[in-house]
Amino acid sequence: MTRYIIRRLLIAIPVLFGLTVATFAMTAVMPGDYVDTLISPDKVIELGVSPEALARLREHYGFNKPIHERYLIWLRELVLHGNLGNSLLSGDPVLSEIGRRLPRTLQLTVPALFLAMTLGTLMGVVQALHLQSFFDNLANLLAFLWMSVPSFVFAILSVYIFALKIPIFPTGGAEPLRTTADEAFGLLTHLRYMILPLLMLTVSAMPSYMRFARNSLLEVIHSDYITVARSKGLTEKIITVRHALRNALMPLITITGLSVPGLIGGAFIIETVFVWPGMGKWGMLGSGLRDYPAIVGMNLVASTLVLMSNLMTDIAYAWADPRIRYE
Amino acid sequence: MSEAEKGTNPSKEMSRSRCLFRRQKAGEENTLANALQRTAKRWSRPGSPVLRRFRRHELGMVSVGVLSLLVLMAIFAPLICRQGPYELELTERNAPPSREHILGCDNVGRDMWARLIYGARVSLSVGVFAVSISTVIAILVGGASGFFGGVVDMLVMRFTDIMMCFPFFLLIITLATMLKPSVINIILIIGLTGWTGMSRLVRAQILSVKEEDYVLAARSVGVPTGRILFRHVIPNALTPVLVSAPMRVAGAIMAEAGLSFLGVGVQDPMPSWGNMMTNALSLPILKDMPSRWLPPAVLLALITLSVNFAGDALRDALDPKTRLH
Repeated sequence: MTRYIIRRLLIAIPVLFGLTVATFAMTAVMPGDYVDTLISPDKVIELGVSPEALARLREHYGFNKPIHERYLIWLRELVLHGNLGNSLLSGDPVLSEIGRRLPRTLQLTVPALFLAMTLGTLMGVVQALHLQSFFDNLANLLAFLWMSVPSFVFAILSVYIFALKIPIFPTGGAEPLRTTADEAFGLLTHLRYMILPLLMLTVSAMPSYMRFARNSLLEVIHSDYITVARSKGLTEKIITVRHALRNALMPLITITGLSVPGLIGGAFIIETVFVWPGMGKWGMLGSGLRDYPAIVGMNLVASTLVLMSNLMTDIAYAWADPRIRYE
Repeated sequence: MSEAEKGTNPSKEMSRSRCLFRRQKAGEENTLANALQRTAKRWSRPGSPVLRRFRRHELGMVSVGVLSLLVLMAIFAPLICRQGPYELELTERNAPPSREHILGCDNVGRDMWARLIYGARVSLSVGVFAVSISTVIAILVGGASGFFGGVVDMLVMRFTDIMMCFPFFLLIITLATMLKPSVINIILIIGLTGWTGMSRLVRAQILSVKEEDYVLAARSVGVPTGRILFRHVIPNALTPVLVSAPMRVAGAIMAEAGLSFLGVGVQDPMPSWGNMMTNALSLPILKDMPSRWLPPAVLLALITLSVNFAGDALRDALDPKTRLH
């Protein structure tokens, strides 16, 4: 097991390396750079900026160096000092900028993942046990709706209904605006701000669990060993819980790994609708203004999260299903 | 060569369960276009099992109706609207719905109804063209990877591994903010990034098709590799591509709407349902002027739902074994 984990970690390194190369290449191929953001190319003559001054600016930011050289410098800093560079916009280290915002994003995505997993699986199981019932049909329709309609449509509708027409929840933000600096807010206040964005994110991730749990359980119920268990005279309850569920729900672990990228992307949009102070807004601003260290840092962090969740998924699967052998 | 090809007429060798394109007429060339034409003819024949199974999916049939309506609306937009989507009537700024303007006007006095109808053009064209691009890439890449195997396969699969580690939406947001926003660029971004999952599916399918006897037969009589790939292997590996296409069209429409909603996709003044909904981010509009954001939200939901339902019906019809219930 330990060897398997170490091997998987070692495989992750070249993938991460490839990722950073890809992100760097992306920033190099795209037209325009940060200096163009500072001084728009259309206004160079108007503002009276000489080409030499522009060249000096580019030199100051290091844009005059070829892309591979910039990449190597960046890589050296990362590997030797754990330094992702400074944001061009704010001048602060990218790592601390991310450290400030990532917890807010995780505060939404992690509970959303667990809620979607438990609620979705539960609904799928109930659906499979009561096939073609009213609940089954309703849940199928809901899953289709949640899967098909963009999450921001639901998010906006939820703000309209539950924050404006029936004002139970705030329209956005992560906490009330502070009147004095040391005012602390209770857990309940925080929860009130969290509920709508969290629910909207959960709902967008739930359908895959519902559908998968339902179909997987249906498949297992019709397999031979369930018939055997039934012919042994076991009660339906024991058959379902001990024989069917265990086997049916194991593949759900893989779905968990697959839904992480979607959640991270979804968080971007949900954060925008609910003015949530997470990675989303910062990332959008950074890429719009060509803040290269921020762009590369953000993509690196996001992809590392995806890689890590994939790794944990594989390990969990190998642990849960002894038939999977880890060489 | 033509003698040899007739001898290995693939239609005789295909296993009936997996093969999508069969019943080739004698003397007819087995090109992809011909195969598609033959298949379409066979499916649309009255009483064909595919058509029957499709018709049985009631929601699917309704969705096809809704979709046709939306497509007609997009095509004949100038006939349905009295105003153009860019015409400003400064006296009518923020006008509420009236007889003159069914859905009212936006903050610079443009008719919302016209913008809504013209917005359908953006959504539909992004959906169709982006998915066409990604499908072609997926078939080529997945096909080459599955068919040639070895180093090509290894490189391609590692590359898709890396691509799949980027959260898809984050990747297209990054690309969209950096490129000049225009419909063409949005189509290219969604099309050029959306092929990875599909190419794996094609690869898996190719791997199983290339073990079929008719490929061995074609190879043994010396048919060139490229011809085997394009005439025998790819046409027979296409069912999952076709079946998943509607879902990916819905995905592309959603991605465009999301980008435009965030302000990095289709830009004002061009109307898109996504950028029309950006209005709803301003609380007064969200609260008091539902006519400004509710119609695009409803149409967006309607189009993605009906594309998905139609896709569901298509899967039931083409591939009854993989039905979801």
